[in-house]
Amino acid sequence: MTGTIVNGAEAEAKASVAGRTTRLTPGYWPFVVPALVIVVAVIIFPWAFTLWMSMHEWKLGFARHFVGLANYAKLFSDERFLEATVRTVVYTVLATVLPVVLGVFAAVTFHERFPLRGLLRGIFIMPMMATPVAIALVWVMMFHPQLGVLNYLLSLVGIPPQLWVFSINGVIPSLVMIETWQWTPLVMLIVLGGLASLPTEPYESALIDGAGKIAVFRHITLPLILPFVMVATILRTIDAVKSFDIIFAITQGGPGTASETINLYLYSVAFPYRDIGYGSALAVVFFILVVALSLVMLWLRQRSRWILAGE
Amino acid sequence: MRRILAKLPLVFSLIVLISPTVLFFVWMLSLSLKYEIDNTAYPPILIPTEFAWENYTDVLESSSFAHFFLNSLIVTGLATLMALLVGVPAGYGIARMQAHKASIVVMIARMTPALSFLIPLFLMFQWLGLMGSLWPQIIAHLVITVPLVIWVMIGFFESTPMELEEAATIDGAGRWQIFTYVALPIARPGIVVALILSFIFSWNNFVFGIVLAGRETRTLPVAVYNMLSFEQISWGPLSAAALLVTLPVLLVTVLAQRQIVAGLTAGAVKGG
Repeated sequence: MTGTIVNGAEAEAKASVAGRTTRLTPGYWPFVVPALVIVVAVIIFPWAFTLWMSMHEWKLGFARHFVGLANYAKLFSDERFLEATVRTVVYTVLATVLPVVLGVFAAVTFHERFPLRGLLRGIFIMPMMATPVAIALVWVMMFHPQLGVLNYLLSLVGIPPQLWVFSINGVIPSLVMIETWQWTPLVMLIVLGGLASLPTEPYESALIDGAGKIAVFRHITLPLILPFVMVATILRTIDAVKSFDIIFAITQGGPGTASETINLYLYSVAFPYRDIGYGSALAVVFFILVVALSLVMLWLRQRSRWILAGE
Repeated sequence: MRRILAKLPLVFSLIVLISPTVLFFVWMLSLSLKYEIDNTAYPPILIPTEFAWENYTDVLESSSFAHFFLNSLIVTGLATLMALLVGVPAGYGIARMQAHKASIVVMIARMTPALSFLIPLFLMFQWLGLMGSLWPQIIAHLVITVPLVIWVMIGFFESTPMELEEAATIDGAGRWQIFTYVALPIARPGIVVALILSFIFSWNNFVFGIVLAGRETRTLPVAVYNMLSFEQISWGPLSAAALLVTLPVLLVTVLAQRQIVAGLTAGAVKGG
């Protein structure tokens, strides 16, 4: 992504010198206009509308008052929102780190040649393609404290039964477990793409030097695939912050509010409670949070590149 | 012998990685083929003595399933079709103009939480009197499908060779002629990737449905979720329904694995 952005700036600079793009540009506008109309109608206009709504006290079915930034001020003293923020951070960190670590491991494994590789990779990516709600229903049944298959499997190895998503302390780890199972494949695919593009020379010289497998991974493979790992980490972080389907379908934020992340809180404010004004302010803050997070991640990625270049 | 021993860590890693997924889907299948007495047995039964095929026939024969299936098909079909109609030319235009700022807009659309579009869209649909029809969901699904198609197509058109198009220009072809007769045929594999991904993500979508769908306009994910919350839960039929909802996607995943992998990693790998 930054690659495209940076190259874009360079390309534009070059093109304007040659005068090529400026000459070609107008002719391609008609191709873009229909999509632009749709993007304005369903993405950009709703955004402007949300900003406007966020400055009103407005419950659906009641009169609307302009209140300026009062909804935003209210957020900072809203304990449910602050708790949801902390929960979202914890959830995001766990649901990013675990899939990234496992995904790199999976990519290294699938990079080897072995029989049925394509089929096994196909099975491995099924959790991320399958319909989240359908998956969630099956997990609910597997989590059942008395009749669920998970507690039975635990009992086979002598671990006492767990309450999983039905306990306040167990719910976040259980949901993170599902999210890890679901999204490790995406990290795997991205890093696998990186592994496929690696040069062979460093490996040949390492082989001559008699380096061990772990040393080769640590000193050659890992630095080379780091940019891909960073891309995967960025995508995973953004998706983990926004996680909704699985949490909603399994717990609806419960028990109590023990698994209520910002996204779930946003949903319940805006729809069951019909508090359009406050919900919009929440949506704006949430959006800023997601974009800020993405920018920090992109910055970290650039930094990691400089560090690598300095080595 | 030594060669087999050397392969052991690989085999072990593969088992660790694959077994949760295999066990999950096998268990899903098992749940869907058992009578309630077997599903609530402890210790759990993997393969029952008698298969409960009627879990499937009941779901398939109920008129509501056919109705919701049709809803899903219409919403996903139209949202994907419309996205391809506007998204493929847009991807072409953006790639040829080298308008990288436009691709940033597409990126931001991907980052934005879907729920934040829903408040204004919900109000707009109410004012327009569209609630109760499938249009709110079709239009809302464009939020996902249009950026996705544009994103995949930009990557694809950027990597196709320009020589043919330049030759066509010299022969006096206009831009639309070049697009229709030169660029589109070459882009067919890219369009297939965009189509598949757009279909899957739209089919799987849940959040737009719970806000915008009424009793009659539910798509399959919403319908199956309502089975969980409002009816007495019986595991067999519920699992059968869940499996049927996700079956089209799983089939596409297995059959078109190469295209899916290419599409999902296109943007990411290019940036690295």
